[in-house]
Amino acid sequence: MTGTPSPAAEPLAEVAPQPGVPKPDALLVADDVRRTFGGLTAVDVDHLEVQRGSITALIGPNGAGKTTLFNLLTGFDKPDGGRWSFDGVPLQGVSAHQVARQGMVRTFQLTKVLAEMSVLDNMLLATRDHPGERFFSAFLPARWRGREGDAVERARELLAKVGLDAKASDAAGTLSGGQRKLLEMARALMVEPSLVMLDEPMAGVNPALTQTLLHHISALRDEGRTVLFVEHDMDVVHEISDWVVVMAQGRVIAEGPPRHVTADPAVIDAYLGTAHHRDPEVGP
Amino acid sequence: MDLVQVLADSLRAAVGVPALAYALAVIGLNVHFGYTGLFNIGQIGFVAAGAYGAGISASLWDWPFPLAILAGVAAAVVLGLLLGLPALRLRAEYLAIVTISASEIIRIVVRSPSAESVTGGPRGIGRWATSFYDLNPIPDGRYGIGRVTFNQNEVWVLLVGWTCVALAVVATWLLVRSPWGRVLRSIRDDEDAARSLGKNVYVFKIQSLVYGGVLGAVAGLLTAINANFTTPGEYQSVFTFYMYVALILGGIGKVLGPVVGSMLFWFMLQAMDVLLRQAISPDSWAGRFIQQQDIGALRLAVVGLVLMLLVVFRPQGLLGGRAPGRAR
Repeated sequence: MTGTPSPAAEPLAEVAPQPGVPKPDALLVADDVRRTFGGLTAVDVDHLEVQRGSITALIGPNGAGKTTLFNLLTGFDKPDGGRWSFDGVPLQGVSAHQVARQGMVRTFQLTKVLAEMSVLDNMLLATRDHPGERFFSAFLPARWRGREGDAVERARELLAKVGLDAKASDAAGTLSGGQRKLLEMARALMVEPSLVMLDEPMAGVNPALTQTLLHHISALRDEGRTVLFVEHDMDVVHEISDWVVVMAQGRVIAEGPPRHVTADPAVIDAYLGTAHHRDPEVGP
Repeated sequence: MDLVQVLADSLRAAVGVPALAYALAVIGLNVHFGYTGLFNIGQIGFVAAGAYGAGISASLWDWPFPLAILAGVAAAVVLGLLLGLPALRLRAEYLAIVTISASEIIRIVVRSPSAESVTGGPRGIGRWATSFYDLNPIPDGRYGIGRVTFNQNEVWVLLVGWTCVALAVVATWLLVRSPWGRVLRSIRDDEDAARSLGKNVYVFKIQSLVYGGVLGAVAGLLTAINANFTTPGEYQSVFTFYMYVALILGGIGKVLGPVVGSMLFWFMLQAMDVLLRQAISPDSWAGRFIQQQDIGALRLAVVGLVLMLLVVFRPQGLLGGRAPGRAR
């Protein structure tokens, strides 16, 4: 199955499908990003660009370094070397919370919903620049009630979009795996990101919910956001991505439009050819 | 056995200065452990910082009483920053190590003979809070109900002390239901999630540590004012664990849990003390097994037993807070 080509794919039509190729309007640019664990090189990316307004899939076999690259780019891990920038702002050495504030928000392979907090509180937590989060203002509800009201309104809108509005006051721990993925995605949007990085958004989601999730991911792009996501399911990748980046053993070995990439012998050799002999991917 | 006396003495302990001081320190501990998930096992260090901060400025430098009190609070702020700035960047376990070590270092340093000219060494600092009693507006006499009575100076300390507890409860209630408190709870649940949403987890942890530490310092100030004395023996690590007992009794992560827990802890401790003392009169059977000097340890053993039963049958504490095992 192949989705309709999105307008976002058009600027990419002229881009040559080869590793490290420059994009006409790159939002995220990474150079020489390396991370080693002992003797093992987990990530060694020479050059990577992510086109603004596109959905880019990051695929690769187990241990290819996809999640590690996510962690490095978002400040959750420190590289041995390299530099990268987001919308022209250098981000190496910037801490995770500042990366999020720049507008680059990630989700996690194993969802990190705050299980003991309500679904609504999960959403409200992600409010930007909340005056009520300053220690001394916290004592004075009059100073932050207005902002809180706006945040509640926006949170409910986003929850309604992903169909979780009825669950707003339930503890997030009571949600199913798929609902948690939806909540995490909706929560990320509270930060008003320009780049949403989804680490295996479909993992552990029942097939009935997969289509809903796909629809929401496409909607992110249609709102003008950029999406970078890690995925294993080739059907999913085909269906929604404008561009695919393939990693193996820490390096980018191929990139291009979905159909091109899946026909690439190097990819078949490194990923598709061996995928059937490997265990399904587990945690990082 | 005189059960009315047991009840009267226990009630007296439940509203007494140790109980209110524990309530304050445990409210702080609850912010650390119950709301932020910071495993501070050196809360007594903040209590000591408050008492010695004020005691030294009042006795050594002759600071006026209100300034000395501020110095006590400031000492706790400095201690919180000193511990938090390095330790809160590291994994959670380091905070536990650093806090208990710091509280022991403080105790050992202040009681060392070489520090005697400043801290009074093992003898401590005496009579530095006399001006507090000069401010006492309450006429001489005994006040109370039935056998539970206090003199005018005790009433003065209790009045100020419980006012502090009330203020701390209200302040903490405002904090934990604010968006600031929401960030603390998210840190307790999963700090990487908070980080991924743009929250500077480190700053919130430091604020939490300092706020709870200041409440500990106020507890230390009130205890020292009550005795008009500060001695190193009051700051042993074991007292931090008594505070945890009070916290678990009342309910972790409940605003009033620390108050209920501290009052109950002191009620039980005193009740066991008086009961045991009455039980071991020379002609009784118990007197043959238990000596007078065993009572201090035995009453704690009974409190420990109560705590075990509580954790088994009502782990969420009296007010229905978080079970201890899930507090982080």
